[in-house]
Amino acid sequence: MPDLSINFAGIKSPNPFWLASAPPTNSGYQVMKAFDAGWGGAVWKTLGVPVVNVSSRYGGVNYRDKRLIGFNNIELISDRPLVDNLREMEEVKKHFPQHAVIASLMVQSREEWHQIVRDVTNAGADGIELNFGCPHGMCERGMGSAVGQEPDVLRLIVEWVMEVAQIPVIVKLTPNISDITEPARAARLGGADAISLINTIQSIVGVDLDLFAPYPIVDGQGTNGGYCGPAVKPIALNMVKNCAQDPHVALPISGIGGIENWRDAVEHILLGASSVQVCTAAMHFGFGIIREMTAGLEQYMTEKGFATIHDMVGKALPNVKHWEDLNLKYKVTATIHEDKCIGCQLCYTACEDGAHQAIALREGTRVPEIIEENCVGCNLCSLVCPVEQCITMERTDDGTEHLTWKERTLANSIPTSFNDERAGGLHHWVPEPTAALGKEKHKTLPGKARQLGQPSPVSTELKS
Amino acid sequence: MAEFPIPASEQDFHANFAQLKPRMNNTEALYESSRCLFCFDAPCIKACPTGIDIPQFIRQINTGNVTGAAKTIYEANYFGNACGKVCPTEVLCEGACVYNLQDVKPIEIGRLQSFATRQVIESDQHLFKPGQPNGRKVAIIGAGPAGISCACELRALGYEVDVFEAKAQPSGLTVYGVAPYKITNEEVLAEIDYLQAQFGFHVHYHSPIATRQELEALEETYDAIFLGIGLGGTNALRLPGEDRQNCVGAVEFIEQLRQHHHRVAVGRKVIVLGGGNTAMDAASESARLGAEDVILAYRRGKDEMGAYEFEYDLAKSVGVKGLFNVAPIEIVGNGKVEGIRFVRTQTLNGQVQVVPGTEFVEPCDMVIKATGQAKQVSFLRHIPSLELDKNGRIVANAASGQTTNPQYFTSGDARNGGAEVVNAAAEAKAAARGIHAYLLGQ
Ligand SMILES: Cc1cc2nc3c(=O)[nH]c(=O)nc-3n(C[C@H](O)[C@H](O)[C@H](O)COP(=O)(O)OP(=O)(O)OC[C@H]3O[C@@H](n4cnc5c(N)ncnc54)[C@H](O)[C@@H]3O)c2cc1C
Ligand SMILES: Cc1cc2nc3c(=O)[nH]c(=O)nc-3n(C[C@H](O)[C@H](O)[C@H](O)COP(=O)(O)O)c2cc1C
Ligand code: SF4
Ligand code: SF4
Ligand code: SF4
Repeated sequence: MPDLSINFAGIKSPNPFWLASAPPTNSGYQVMKAFDAGWGGAVWKTLGVPVVNVSSRYGGVNYRDKRLIGFNNIELISDRPLVDNLREMEEVKKHFPQHAVIASLMVQSREEWHQIVRDVTNAGADGIELNFGCPHGMCERGMGSAVGQEPDVLRLIVEWVMEVAQIPVIVKLTPNISDITEPARAARLGGADAISLINTIQSIVGVDLDLFAPYPIVDGQGTNGGYCGPAVKPIALNMVKNCAQDPHVALPISGIGGIENWRDAVEHILLGASSVQVCTAAMHFGFGIIREMTAGLEQYMTEKGFATIHDMVGKALPNVKHWEDLNLKYKVTATIHEDKCIGCQLCYTACEDGAHQAIALREGTRVPEIIEENCVGCNLCSLVCPVEQCITMERTDDGTEHLTWKERTLANSIPTSFNDERAGGLHHWVPEPTAALGKEKHKTLPGKARQLGQPSPVSTELKS
Repeated sequence: MAEFPIPASEQDFHANFAQLKPRMNNTEALYESSRCLFCFDAPCIKACPTGIDIPQFIRQINTGNVTGAAKTIYEANYFGNACGKVCPTEVLCEGACVYNLQDVKPIEIGRLQSFATRQVIESDQHLFKPGQPNGRKVAIIGAGPAGISCACELRALGYEVDVFEAKAQPSGLTVYGVAPYKITNEEVLAEIDYLQAQFGFHVHYHSPIATRQELEALEETYDAIFLGIGLGGTNALRLPGEDRQNCVGAVEFIEQLRQHHHRVAVGRKVIVLGGGNTAMDAASESARLGAEDVILAYRRGKDEMGAYEFEYDLAKSVGVKGLFNVAPIEIVGNGKVEGIRFVRTQTLNGQVQVVPGTEFVEPCDMVIKATGQAKQVSFLRHIPSLELDKNGRIVANAASGQTTNPQYFTSGDARNGGAEVVNAAAEAKAAARGIHAYLLGQ
């Protein structure tokens, strides 16, 4: 049995799955229920100054029949009295001494920071997370992402906190910034013990086409909110990787953003996270998802032979390179496995209209054919193909050569003009522009084409 | 046996004849439309005789443009709703869906189609208008799928259109022939009302055209005449005892059923003669009317039946039993039917042969003959120089529907010898364009 427990910057937890600071951690009731269900830790809903929330707070992005692939909110930090939260925090710790309770905080002045850090420490919190991320409502009051976007201010506040902190301090970063490593470095310079990322991304999830207003609608109007859920994972992964690879950051990372199952969690971990936090998935499906997450993680670790979480943290980082370091000699081409093909011809139209006209149709069969000379190996066809393993990308170079753009630059062998024999697309065949005219109108406009007086499609056997 | 209790009320009838393709709710339509792959040059379109742009309308449903979806459907097929429910989709669009090759359930195209069209019908959302009047007039004989489709298309092209229908209601076999578990009368008639409100063709009910004089009057008044008369009654078997009470034709039996529902009585033990789709329908319908035993008797083997496999499966699922390789030689009884004398057959080199000495009587109290529909040959003889083929079908140009008498056009069952509603809808639209081309050229 692999050991799922972690020691994250001094915060111990029976597994790496924490609830992120958000509605699921709004009360002692919820946190206890989550621990009971199997969660390893919880970052308490951000505590700080008194706030007033609006009614109608969330908006969703659906993709076809899939609900909430993206989610946004215009909610503020906890609107419950601080004393109630502190009392409940104490109670939770009494019942769950081995679980991680982290207090998320957001206040303004140095005195306020000192006071609240002492309060939560007295309540038994195992760690502190500084919320420098909320992209709406709080930033207007000089808190949240207003801090996270100003590395100098961020560093100053971290320093204030460190003056009194007796428990580990995590700085939660906002992604609403062009280079995430700047605030991450500032956190380190300020003396923080760890960072967590990402908070939500400024967003408008949709516009009501009848009311002409953005979602969520508050009395006919709306505002930008914070975006999260499965759709943000790619952005989160990239930012986690950036921080993990930056030698000037060098802090433990709690990965957040779009984690819904064990795979998402493992991806965050392989890119450098040593704990993970979940919000949207718990809001969508409830605390029960933890069973699938721990079971999947355990299975994966067993199969891969990882004894501890620590063994796998950052395992993918050596393979995440700059573009200029990639092997230009590597070559793949698409192969269609005819026995699997169902003839949807999505690959054909994708390559024809969206790539390199490297797939042809043949008489008498719906199975398309790859024109190898034209295939640049972009992967598009294999991505659109609805059948598992029906289009595979096969390596065609012999694997002996390795040459990167950086090496070519150093060797002075980069193309300098378009006629240069060393230029990339020089001999790549493209059809004549006019060959496009009328080519497939009858196939892409079938109903209309028939309606406009084409010969009847009806079969006939006349004058028998 | 008796899978179904004898229906005593309209409610019982609807329970026994529950719709095979019930209406989708919004969520179902969203889920199902989400599965469509939007295939390139989609095989489902090619398999639809009317060439509906299926991936397009499914995508429109998926994006919440249900009105647009209905328009896409109706642009290709004026019987959009009826076809969604009565088409043998298993051998048409859904049978061609690429998912079949992946052993995944094909997209429920028929139900999605009806989902969209029902919505515009019920909200009476008009999508079409008649064209600018062009001063020409066309008479249509028969208000079946062929006649009505032709009328809609001609109205769109600006023609004045009069439809002459022998019966009291429009839509031909869709309301008098198709099995009640495929579509209800109300649904069929609502679609015709919806079309009529948009296109404004005139239908004259109880107006059979039967004589040479009546035809002459039409020839004088109208620029062209469209024959959408379909087929006739059930072919006679020419067997001794055929006139006994309770020996009926399938088409006649089903017509009664469609009009009078549970008030139609069925025998306790019914034998249906035939191996086509109408035989399967009549057998299923007898079972659903509460018959204790229903036997399908066919001259050849099971695999040689003309019916679609899924229609036979449907009949079997309600308890119908097959009796194969038997030929009826006499309807026995005393005034009423008491049984059928059969002789066993075998098929040699494609020829059915009687096996001598194998006669037996299968008792029953009702016989339904599903042995094909007659052609309206004697009526058609009144039209000068109109050619029929050896099977009694009207000879016509496939693309234009023009017959050998240039003023007459035709399509649907009368020309194809008996196919589906969707074929009639497709061919009649083409024939309307044929009429237009012909009259433009004059
Ligand atoms: C039992 C049965 C079940 C069927 N089930 C299905 C099914 O499930 N799905 C499917 O798609 N198809 C089914 N069909 C086939 C389908 O109903 C026909 O293909 C379709 O209705 C043909 O349309 P039509 O307009 O050519 O002819 P019809 O529907 O037969 O319409 C002809 C119309 O012309 C009228 N008429 C005829 N002669 C004259 C005259 N001289 N003067 C005035 N009016 C006249 C008739 O009263 C009728 O209204 C079924 C057919 C039968 C018999
Ligand atoms: C409704 C809502 C309220 C949130 N409130 C807070 C908060 O008070 N403090 C905080 O640090 N982050 C807050 N977040 C951000 C989450 O903790 C988390 O960083 C973000 O949702 C990304 O994770 P996810 O993709 O798992 O949801 C909130 C998120 C949501 C959806
Ligand atoms: S996308 Fe895949 S299944 Fe579809 S035609 Fe291409 S290879 Fe075949
Ligand atoms: S890999 Fe790209 S270029 Fe090659 S066939 Fe597929 S889509 Fe076309
Ligand atoms: S074949 Fe099936 S999946 Fe493809 S477009 Fe048609 S309905 Fe959609």
